[in-house]
Amino acid sequence: MKKPRITVAVTALNAVDSPGPGVGVIRSILACEDYEARIIGLSYESLEPGVYMHDLVDKSYQIPYPGAGSDQLLNRLEYIHSQEKIDVIIPNFDSELSHFIRLSPVLEEWGIHLFLPSPQQLESLDKLHLHEFGEKHGFNVPKTKFIANKVEIPGLVEEFDFPMVVKGKYYEAYIAHNLGQVSGYYDKINAKWGLPVVIQEFVKGTEIDIAGLGDGTGQLMGAIPMRKLYITDKGKGWSGVVLGDDGLIEMSRQFIRASRWKGGFELELMRTDDEQFYLMEINPRFPAWIYTTVEAGQNLPAALVKMAIGMKVKPYKGYNVGKMFVRYSWDLITDISEFEKISTMGEL
Amino acid sequence: MKLKKNIAISESGFVFNPNTGDSFSVNPIGSLILGLLQDGKSERSIKGAIAKAYEVGNDQLEEDFYDFTSHLKQLNLFNK
Repeated sequence: MKKPRITVAVTALNAVDSPGPGVGVIRSILACEDYEARIIGLSYESLEPGVYMHDLVDKSYQIPYPGAGSDQLLNRLEYIHSQEKIDVIIPNFDSELSHFIRLSPVLEEWGIHLFLPSPQQLESLDKLHLHEFGEKHGFNVPKTKFIANKVEIPGLVEEFDFPMVVKGKYYEAYIAHNLGQVSGYYDKINAKWGLPVVIQEFVKGTEIDIAGLGDGTGQLMGAIPMRKLYITDKGKGWSGVVLGDDGLIEMSRQFIRASRWKGGFELELMRTDDEQFYLMEINPRFPAWIYTTVEAGQNLPAALVKMAIGMKVKPYKGYNVGKMFVRYSWDLITDISEFEKISTMGEL
Repeated sequence: MKLKKNIAISESGFVFNPNTGDSFSVNPIGSLILGLLQDGKSERSIKGAIAKAYEVGNDQLEEDFYDFTSHLKQLNLFNK
Protein backbone atom coordinates (compact mmCIF):
# COMPACT_ATOMS: atom_id res chain seq x y z
CA MET A 1 0.00 0.00 0.00
CA LYS A 2 1.22 3.45 -0.85
CA LYS A 3 2.24 5.53 2.15
CA PRO A 4 0.59 8.92 2.57
CA ARG A 5 2.90 11.86 1.91
CA ILE A 6 2.47 14.56 4.51
CA THR A 7 4.01 17.91 5.25
CA VAL A 8 4.39 18.65 8.95
CA ALA A 9 5.38 22.05 10.31
CA VAL A 10 7.01 22.11 13.74
CA THR A 11 8.01 24.95 16.07
CA ALA A 12 10.54 25.18 18.94
CA LEU A 13 13.71 24.36 17.02
CA ASN A 14 15.83 25.90 19.77
CA ALA A 15 17.89 22.86 20.71
CA VAL A 16 20.00 24.93 23.10
CA ASP A 17 20.88 24.71 26.81
CA SER A 18 17.20 25.03 27.70
CA PRO A 19 15.98 23.06 24.72
CA GLY A 20 12.66 23.33 22.97
CA PRO A 21 10.92 20.09 21.99
CA GLY A 22 10.91 20.73 18.22
CA VAL A 23 13.98 18.74 17.21
CA GLY A 24 12.93 15.75 19.34
CA VAL A 25 9.41 15.90 17.88
CA ILE A 26 10.84 15.97 14.33
CA ARG A 27 13.17 13.03 15.01
CA SER A 28 10.17 11.09 16.29
CA ILE A 29 7.98 11.95 13.31
CA LEU A 30 10.71 10.86 10.91
CA ALA A 31 11.20 7.58 12.79
CA CYS A 32 7.70 6.42 11.82
CA GLU A 33 7.38 4.43 8.61
CA ASP A 34 3.60 4.66 8.21
CA TYR A 35 3.89 7.83 6.10
CA GLU A 36 6.46 9.88 4.22
CA ALA A 37 6.96 13.17 5.98
CA ARG A 38 8.38 16.44 4.74
CA ILE A 39 9.35 18.64 7.67
CA ILE A 40 8.93 22.40 7.76
CA GLY A 41 10.66 24.20 10.61
CA LEU A 42 8.99 27.28 12.06
CA SER A 43 11.51 29.41 13.95
CA TYR A 44 11.40 32.64 15.90
CA GLU A 45 15.11 33.36 15.79
CA SER A 46 17.85 32.97 13.19
CA LEU A 47 20.09 30.93 15.46
CA GLU A 48 17.69 28.18 16.44
CA PRO A 49 19.85 25.12 15.71
CA GLY A 50 17.03 23.11 14.12
CA VAL A 51 16.95 25.59 11.22
CA TYR A 52 20.40 24.35 10.16
CA MET A 53 19.72 20.61 10.63
CA HIS A 54 19.03 19.82 7.00
CA ASP A 55 18.97 16.08 7.61
CA LEU A 56 15.90 16.61 9.80
CA VAL A 57 14.30 19.81 8.51
CA ASP A 58 13.57 20.23 4.78
CA LYS A 59 12.82 23.94 4.87
CA SER A 60 12.59 26.55 7.63
CA TYR A 61 10.60 29.76 7.87
CA GLN A 62 10.70 32.45 10.50
CA ILE A 63 7.40 33.29 12.11
CA PRO A 64 6.50 36.35 14.22
CA TYR A 65 6.78 36.18 18.00
CA PRO A 66 3.52 35.41 19.85
CA GLY A 67 3.60 38.96 21.20
CA ALA A 68 2.98 40.27 17.67
CA GLY A 69 -0.52 38.76 17.81
CA SER A 70 -2.53 36.11 16.01
CA ASP A 71 -3.17 38.15 12.85
CA GLN A 72 0.54 38.54 12.10
CA LEU A 73 1.02 34.82 12.65
CA LEU A 74 -1.91 33.99 10.36
CA ASN A 75 -0.52 36.20 7.57
CA ARG A 76 2.84 34.49 7.79
CA LEU A 77 1.30 31.01 7.88
CA GLU A 78 -0.77 31.87 4.80
CA TYR A 79 2.41 32.60 2.89
CA ILE A 80 4.19 29.48 4.19
CA HIS A 81 1.15 27.34 3.36
CA SER A 82 1.07 28.76 -0.18
CA GLN A 83 4.65 27.55 -0.61
CA GLU A 84 4.53 24.24 1.22
CA LYS A 85 0.93 22.94 1.41
CA ILE A 86 1.16 22.07 5.07
CA ASP A 87 -0.93 19.14 6.36
CA VAL A 88 -0.20 19.37 10.09
CA ILE A 89 1.27 21.97 12.43
CA ILE A 90 2.68 20.93 15.81
CA PRO A 91 3.28 23.98 18.00
CA ASN A 92 5.65 23.17 20.86
CA PHE A 93 5.94 26.36 22.87
CA ASP A 94 3.54 27.03 25.75
CA SER A 95 3.43 30.73 24.90
CA GLU A 96 2.31 30.22 21.29
CA LEU A 97 -0.37 27.58 21.92
CA SER A 98 -3.26 29.97 22.54
CA HIS A 99 -2.58 31.67 19.18
CA PHE A 100 -2.59 28.39 17.29
CA ILE A 101 -5.74 27.26 19.09
CA ARG A 102 -7.43 30.55 18.20
CA LEU A 103 -6.36 30.20 14.56
CA SER A 104 -7.21 26.52 14.25
CA PRO A 105 -10.69 26.98 12.63
CA VAL A 106 -9.15 29.06 9.82
CA LEU A 107 -6.19 26.72 9.48
CA GLU A 108 -8.53 23.71 9.31
CA GLU A 109 -10.40 25.47 6.50
CA TRP A 110 -7.12 25.74 4.64
CA GLY A 111 -6.58 22.01 5.14
CA ILE A 112 -4.03 22.37 7.94
CA HIS A 113 -4.72 20.01 10.85
CA LEU A 114 -3.83 20.66 14.46
CA PHE A 115 -4.26 18.33 17.39
CA LEU A 116 -4.71 20.73 20.26
CA PRO A 117 -6.86 21.15 23.37
CA SER A 118 -9.67 23.68 23.61
CA PRO A 119 -8.89 27.15 25.00
CA GLN A 120 -10.78 26.20 28.18
CA GLN A 121 -8.72 23.03 28.62
CA LEU A 122 -5.51 24.96 28.11
CA GLU A 123 -6.52 27.56 30.66
CA SER A 124 -7.72 25.05 33.23
CA LEU A 125 -4.28 23.43 33.42
CA ASP A 126 -2.00 26.44 33.33
CA LYS A 127 0.04 27.45 36.36
CA LEU A 128 -2.65 29.86 37.46
CA HIS A 129 -5.33 27.15 37.62
CA LEU A 130 -3.38 23.99 38.44
CA HIS A 131 -4.27 24.21 42.11
CA GLU A 132 -8.00 24.24 41.31
CA PHE A 133 -7.58 21.29 38.93
CA GLY A 134 -5.63 19.31 41.56
CA GLU A 135 -8.22 19.90 44.27
CA LYS A 136 -11.11 19.04 41.99
CA HIS A 137 -9.61 15.81 40.68
CA GLY A 138 -7.68 14.51 43.68
CA PHE A 139 -4.09 15.33 42.73
CA ASN A 140 -1.67 16.59 45.38
CA VAL A 141 -0.57 20.03 44.27
CA PRO A 142 1.83 22.26 46.23
CA LYS A 143 0.26 25.22 47.96
CA THR A 144 0.27 28.10 45.49
CA LYS A 145 -0.36 31.84 45.56
CA PHE A 146 -0.27 34.46 42.81
CA ILE A 147 1.02 37.91 43.54
CA ALA A 148 0.78 40.94 41.31
CA ASN A 149 2.19 43.54 43.66
CA LYS A 150 5.42 43.67 45.65
CA VAL A 151 3.60 44.86 48.76
CA GLU A 152 2.29 41.30 49.09
CA ILE A 153 5.80 39.86 49.55
CA PRO A 154 6.30 40.46 53.32
CA GLY A 155 2.98 38.74 54.08
CA LEU A 156 4.12 35.53 52.35
CA VAL A 157 5.98 34.41 55.49
CA GLU A 158 2.64 33.87 57.19
CA GLU A 159 1.56 31.36 54.56
CA PHE A 160 4.80 29.76 53.34
CA ASP A 161 7.93 28.38 54.98
CA PHE A 162 11.37 28.95 53.49
CA PRO A 163 12.53 27.93 51.01
CA MET A 164 9.66 28.90 48.72
CA VAL A 165 9.52 28.70 44.95
CA VAL A 166 9.09 31.84 42.82
CA LYS A 167 7.86 31.06 39.30
CA GLY A 168 6.91 32.84 36.11
CA LYS A 169 3.47 32.20 34.62
CA TYR A 170 5.04 30.51 31.58
CA TYR A 171 8.65 29.65 32.36
CA GLU A 172 11.40 29.92 34.98
CA ALA A 173 11.44 29.02 38.62
CA TYR A 174 13.76 30.00 41.45
CA ILE A 175 14.12 28.76 45.01
CA ALA A 176 14.15 31.66 47.46
CA HIS A 177 15.58 31.32 50.97
CA ASN A 178 14.63 34.77 52.26
CA LEU A 179 12.35 37.69 51.45
CA GLY A 180 15.18 39.57 49.74
CA GLN A 181 15.55 36.74 47.26
CA VAL A 182 11.78 36.55 46.74
CA SER A 183 11.79 40.25 45.90
CA GLY A 184 14.74 39.90 43.49
CA TYR A 185 13.21 36.93 41.68
CA TYR A 186 9.84 38.71 41.54
CA ASP A 187 11.45 41.61 39.63
CA LYS A 188 13.38 39.28 37.34
CA ILE A 189 10.31 37.20 36.47
CA ASN A 190 7.99 40.20 36.15
CA ALA A 191 10.38 41.84 33.69
CA LYS A 192 10.49 38.73 31.54
CA TRP A 193 7.10 37.06 31.80
CA GLY A 194 4.84 39.69 33.35
CA LEU A 195 2.40 39.35 36.23
CA PRO A 196 1.22 37.55 38.22
CA VAL A 197 4.25 35.91 39.74
CA VAL A 198 3.59 32.45 41.17
CA ILE A 199 4.66 31.63 44.74
CA GLN A 200 4.71 27.93 45.52
CA GLU A 201 5.43 25.69 48.48
CA PHE A 202 8.81 23.96 48.11
CA VAL A 203 8.40 20.19 47.85
CA LYS A 204 11.54 18.13 48.45
CA GLY A 205 11.83 14.91 46.54
CA THR A 206 12.76 13.20 43.31
CA GLU A 207 11.60 14.79 40.08
CA ILE A 208 9.73 12.51 37.72
CA ASP A 209 8.26 13.54 34.38
CA ILE A 210 5.68 11.76 32.27
CA ALA A 211 5.36 12.41 28.55
CA GLY A 212 1.97 11.44 27.16
CA LEU A 213 -0.72 11.90 24.56
CA GLY A 214 -4.46 12.30 25.04
CA ASP A 215 -7.02 11.78 22.28
CA GLY A 216 -9.44 14.47 23.45
CA THR A 217 -12.17 12.03 24.52
CA GLY A 218 -10.61 10.98 27.80
CA GLN A 219 -8.46 8.17 26.43
CA LEU A 220 -4.73 7.97 27.12
CA MET A 221 -2.94 7.03 23.88
CA GLY A 222 0.39 6.46 25.58
CA ALA A 223 2.57 7.63 28.45
CA ILE A 224 6.22 7.17 29.39
CA PRO A 225 7.55 8.12 32.84
CA MET A 226 11.14 9.26 33.17
CA ARG A 227 13.42 10.26 36.01
CA LYS A 228 16.01 12.92 35.32
CA LEU A 229 19.47 11.62 36.20
CA TYR A 230 21.43 14.75 35.40
CA ILE A 231 19.93 18.19 35.90
CA THR A 232 21.58 21.40 34.70
CA ASP A 233 21.67 24.61 36.71
CA LYS A 234 18.64 25.70 34.67
CA GLY A 235 16.77 22.68 35.98
CA LYS A 236 16.83 20.91 32.61
CA GLY A 237 17.31 17.17 32.45
CA TRP A 238 20.32 16.30 30.34
CA SER A 239 20.00 12.61 30.98
CA GLY A 240 17.20 10.44 32.22
CA VAL A 241 15.94 6.90 32.50
CA VAL A 242 12.54 5.43 31.67
CA LEU A 243 10.78 4.11 34.76
CA GLY A 244 8.51 1.13 35.18
CA ASP A 245 5.79 2.10 37.60
CA ASP A 246 2.14 1.22 37.04
CA GLY A 247 1.11 3.89 39.54
CA LEU A 248 2.55 6.59 37.30
CA ILE A 249 0.69 5.29 34.26
CA GLU A 250 -2.52 5.13 36.25
CA MET A 251 -1.94 8.73 37.32
CA SER A 252 -1.58 9.70 33.63
CA ARG A 253 -4.84 7.89 32.89
CA GLN A 254 -6.54 9.69 35.74
CA PHE A 255 -5.23 13.01 34.41
CA ILE A 256 -6.56 12.32 30.92
CA ARG A 257 -9.94 11.13 32.22
CA ALA A 258 -10.25 14.30 34.29
CA SER A 259 -9.03 16.76 31.67
CA ARG A 260 -10.04 15.03 28.40
CA TRP A 261 -6.81 16.53 27.12
CA LYS A 262 -6.25 16.55 23.37
CA GLY A 263 -2.61 16.54 22.33
CA GLY A 264 0.81 15.98 23.78
CA PHE A 265 1.56 16.79 27.39
CA GLU A 266 4.15 16.45 30.12
CA LEU A 267 3.31 15.96 33.78
CA GLU A 268 6.01 17.19 36.14
CA LEU A 269 5.81 15.30 39.43
CA MET A 270 7.75 15.24 42.66
CA ARG A 271 8.02 11.99 44.61
CA THR A 272 8.64 12.72 48.29
CA ASP A 273 10.59 10.44 50.61
CA ASP A 274 7.31 9.04 51.98
CA GLU A 275 6.24 8.04 48.43
CA GLN A 276 3.70 10.82 47.94
CA PHE A 277 3.39 12.28 44.45
CA TYR A 278 2.87 16.00 43.94
CA LEU A 279 1.77 17.36 40.60
CA MET A 280 4.12 20.32 40.16
CA GLU A 281 3.23 21.43 36.67
CA ILE A 282 1.50 20.34 33.49
CA ASN A 283 3.17 21.30 30.25
CA PRO A 284 0.64 21.50 27.41
CA ARG A 285 3.00 20.01 24.82
CA PHE A 286 5.59 17.28 24.39
CA PRO A 287 8.85 17.69 26.33
CA ALA A 288 12.31 18.10 24.77
CA TRP A 289 13.17 14.47 25.69
CA ILE A 290 10.22 13.13 23.66
CA TYR A 291 12.40 11.07 21.29
CA THR A 292 13.19 8.78 24.25
CA THR A 293 9.55 7.64 24.13
CA VAL A 294 10.12 6.38 20.58
CA GLU A 295 13.06 4.23 21.66
CA ALA A 296 11.02 3.07 24.64
CA GLY A 297 8.39 1.77 22.23
CA GLN A 298 5.81 4.56 22.03
CA ASN A 299 6.13 7.05 19.19
CA LEU A 300 3.78 9.63 20.64
CA PRO A 301 4.51 12.47 18.13
CA ALA A 302 3.88 10.09 15.22
CA ALA A 303 0.62 8.98 16.84
CA LEU A 304 -0.37 12.65 17.15
CA VAL A 305 0.37 13.29 13.47
CA LYS A 306 -1.65 10.24 12.44
CA MET A 307 -4.61 11.24 14.57
CA ALA A 308 -4.40 14.81 13.24
CA ILE A 309 -4.78 13.60 9.64
CA GLY A 310 -7.53 11.16 10.57
CA MET A 311 -5.60 7.88 10.53
CA LYS A 312 -6.73 5.25 13.03
CA VAL A 313 -4.40 4.85 15.98
CA LYS A 314 -4.59 2.32 18.78
CA PRO A 315 -3.47 3.29 22.28
CA TYR A 316 0.00 2.04 23.12
CA LYS A 317 0.30 -0.73 25.67
CA GLY A 318 3.57 -1.28 27.48
CA TYR A 319 7.05 0.08 26.86
CA ASN A 320 10.70 -0.69 27.47
CA VAL A 321 11.79 0.22 30.99
CA GLY A 322 15.42 1.30 31.45
CA LYS A 323 15.82 3.18 28.13
CA MET A 324 18.03 6.17 28.80
CA PHE A 325 18.81 9.43 27.10
CA VAL A 326 22.08 11.27 27.47
CA ARG A 327 21.83 14.71 25.87
CA TYR A 328 24.91 16.35 24.42
CA SER A 329 25.85 19.59 22.73
CA TRP A 330 27.35 19.54 19.26
CA ASP A 331 28.91 22.23 17.11
CA LEU A 332 26.87 22.20 13.92
CA ILE A 333 29.01 23.81 11.23
CA THR A 334 27.18 25.96 8.72
CA ASP A 335 28.04 28.95 6.55
CA ILE A 336 27.35 32.63 6.92
CA SER A 337 25.30 32.43 3.69
CA GLU A 338 22.78 30.19 5.46
CA PHE A 339 22.55 32.57 8.40
CA GLU A 340 22.14 35.39 5.88
CA LYS A 341 19.21 33.65 4.17
CA ILE A 342 17.22 32.98 7.34
CA SER A 343 18.06 36.43 8.76
CA THR A 344 17.23 38.50 5.71
CA MET A 345 14.73 36.41 3.72
CA GLY A 346 13.17 34.67 6.72
CA GLU A 347 13.50 31.25 5.10
CA LEU A 348 16.15 28.65 4.55
CA MET B 1 12.10 -9.38 53.76
CA LYS B 2 10.84 -9.62 50.21
CA LEU B 3 12.74 -7.97 47.38
CA LYS B 4 10.49 -6.08 44.96
CA LYS B 5 9.78 -8.27 41.98
CA ASN B 6 10.84 -5.85 39.28
CA ILE B 7 14.35 -5.08 40.60
CA ALA B 8 16.83 -5.85 37.82
CA ILE B 9 20.15 -7.40 38.84
CA SER B 10 22.78 -8.08 36.18
CA GLU B 11 25.52 -10.69 36.36
CA SER B 12 28.08 -7.93 36.95
CA GLY B 13 26.25 -6.86 40.11
CA PHE B 14 24.59 -3.79 38.60
CA VAL B 15 21.22 -3.17 40.23
CA PHE B 16 18.42 -1.07 38.71
CA ASN B 17 15.23 -0.11 40.48
CA PRO B 18 12.73 0.66 37.70
CA ASN B 19 10.31 2.36 40.12
CA THR B 20 12.75 5.04 41.16
CA GLY B 21 15.39 5.01 38.43
CA ASP B 22 18.10 4.41 41.05
CA SER B 23 21.00 2.24 40.06
CA PHE B 24 24.09 1.03 41.90
CA SER B 25 26.68 -1.73 41.94
CA VAL B 26 27.20 -4.42 44.54
CA ASN B 27 30.18 -6.72 45.15
CA PRO B 28 29.97 -10.50 44.59
CA ILE B 29 28.63 -11.18 48.10
CA GLY B 30 26.01 -8.47 47.65
CA SER B 31 25.11 -9.97 44.30
CA LEU B 32 24.77 -13.43 45.90
CA ILE B 33 22.48 -12.07 48.62
CA LEU B 34 20.30 -10.14 46.16
CA GLY B 35 20.05 -13.17 43.89
CA LEU B 36 18.91 -15.35 46.77
CA LEU B 37 16.47 -12.71 47.98
CA GLN B 38 15.06 -12.54 44.48
CA ASP B 39 14.63 -16.33 44.51
CA GLY B 40 12.52 -15.87 47.64
CA LYS B 41 15.00 -17.56 50.00
CA SER B 42 14.62 -17.03 53.74
CA GLU B 43 17.05 -14.96 55.80
CA ARG B 44 18.29 -18.11 57.48
CA SER B 45 18.92 -19.92 54.23
CA ILE B 46 20.77 -16.91 52.76
CA LYS B 47 23.01 -16.67 55.79
CA GLY B 48 23.65 -20.40 55.46
CA ALA B 49 24.66 -19.97 51.83
CA ILE B 50 27.08 -17.17 52.72
CA ALA B 51 28.62 -19.16 55.56
CA LYS B 52 29.13 -22.00 53.11
CA ALA B 53 30.71 -19.86 50.42
CA TYR B 54 32.87 -17.59 52.58
CA GLU B 55 35.01 -17.98 55.66
CA VAL B 56 33.20 -15.81 58.15
CA GLY B 57 32.37 -15.97 61.85
CA ASN B 58 28.75 -16.02 62.94
CA ASP B 59 28.82 -12.61 64.69
CA GLN B 60 30.50 -10.95 61.73
CA LEU B 61 27.99 -12.53 59.34
CA GLU B 62 25.05 -11.33 61.45
CA GLU B 63 26.44 -7.80 61.63
CA ASP B 64 27.30 -7.52 57.95
CA PHE B 65 24.01 -9.07 56.85
CA TYR B 66 22.09 -6.62 59.02
CA ASP B 67 24.08 -3.66 57.63
CA PHE B 68 23.58 -4.74 54.04
CA THR B 69 19.86 -5.42 54.30
CA SER B 70 19.32 -2.15 56.20
CA HIS B 71 20.96 -0.41 53.28
CA LEU B 72 18.68 -2.23 50.83
CA LYS B 73 15.71 -1.13 52.93
CA GLN B 74 16.86 2.48 52.75
CA LEU B 75 17.13 2.13 49.01
CA ASN B 76 13.49 1.07 48.95
CA LEU B 77 14.16 -2.33 47.41
CA PHE B 78 11.84 -4.33 49.66
CA ASN B 79 8.09 -4.69 49.49
CA LYS B 80 6.35 -2.78 52.26
